[in-house]
Amino acid sequence: MKARNRKLVSLGLMAGLSCYIVLASATPAAAMHISEGFLPVQWAAFWWMVALPFFVVGLRQITHITKEHPELKLLLALAGAFTFVLSALKIPSVTGSCSHPTGTGLGAILFGPSVMAVLGALVLLFQSVLLAHGGLTTLGANMFSMAIVGPFAAYFIYQLLMRTGSQRVAIFCAAAIADLLTYVVTSMQLALAFPAASGGFMASFLKFVGIFAITQVPLAISEGLLTVLVWNWLHSYGQPELETLKLLKQES
Amino acid sequence: MSEKNTRNQQATSQQNWMLVIGVVVLAVIPLAFVRGEYGGSDDQAEKAITEIQPGYEPWFKHFFEPASGEIESLLFATQAALGAGVIGYAIGLYKGRSQSQQSDDKSPLE
Repeated sequence: MKARNRKLVSLGLMAGLSCYIVLASATPAAAMHISEGFLPVQWAAFWWMVALPFFVVGLRQITHITKEHPELKLLLALAGAFTFVLSALKIPSVTGSCSHPTGTGLGAILFGPSVMAVLGALVLLFQSVLLAHGGLTTLGANMFSMAIVGPFAAYFIYQLLMRTGSQRVAIFCAAAIADLLTYVVTSMQLALAFPAASGGFMASFLKFVGIFAITQVPLAISEGLLTVLVWNWLHSYGQPELETLKLLKQES
Repeated sequence: MSEKNTRNQQATSQQNWMLVIGVVVLAVIPLAFVRGEYGGSDDQAEKAITEIQPGYEPWFKHFFEPASGEIESLLFATQAALGAGVIGYAIGLYKGRSQSQQSDDKSPLE
């Protein structure tokens, strides 16, 4: 009888919480990425051309990794799932608007940047087809900012900082700066396509940076923290995988 | 050795809680102190584009748009849930594996 009661209570709580989450969720507005049709044709095509080679290299890299170390598939799925979750989380920011993190830093540190070109592209494709967020015509441009520049930045910042100091600090900085840089690149892409009538590229770049990048600062910090969180879990429980990837730092 | 390990683990789990709290605080502070509409930053960008180039019309439309805001939030929640499920599964599997290895290491001694 008691167990049954407890079950009923917990069921009620679950139902209540679900209702609350559904009812209280703010009026949704698609956040960030360049929206469908909002890049002129020639720019959309240009960014597609730039992004595609990275995608192909990434695909090869993934087949290489899964052939060489089939046991790493689960970790690969985890890296993809991490960007999947983070790019679904629209978080309020200090500018009074919402945006979402990218989550590409973790995978770039684990597997190298080109792998994330593929995983990030999959997330962007999912969002543009099913969620009307981002777009197919602007997919190339969004891939370049989120799935290519972000991961490459994360990778190199990580490598650079690992020489000097603590691994966790390196991971935090890599993830946070990659996140921020993604939106600086987005602003650049928009400014290139839409230079202001007076002031040209710089004027509209500053305008777009004001919209995207400042909103992104607290989110970049959040992304850094979450990346370190997952890293801690992997460090505690996933030692064999990290050893395979040669990511374990000799600790005293 | 094992004592050092448990102490390390405790320190890590404390750090993990601090990380989670940090993320929550970062999300709550703007809501508490900044009065805003909390729309998406890409909607603002669309507005900025039409300011810079008043005549610009998007030349391509989505094939599919979520029927309403509620459906959209459902899809976003599904995306987050799928991802979180995979992460939980992977970390859980790794944790179980390392624990069973630890107990394997111990048992011959007992």
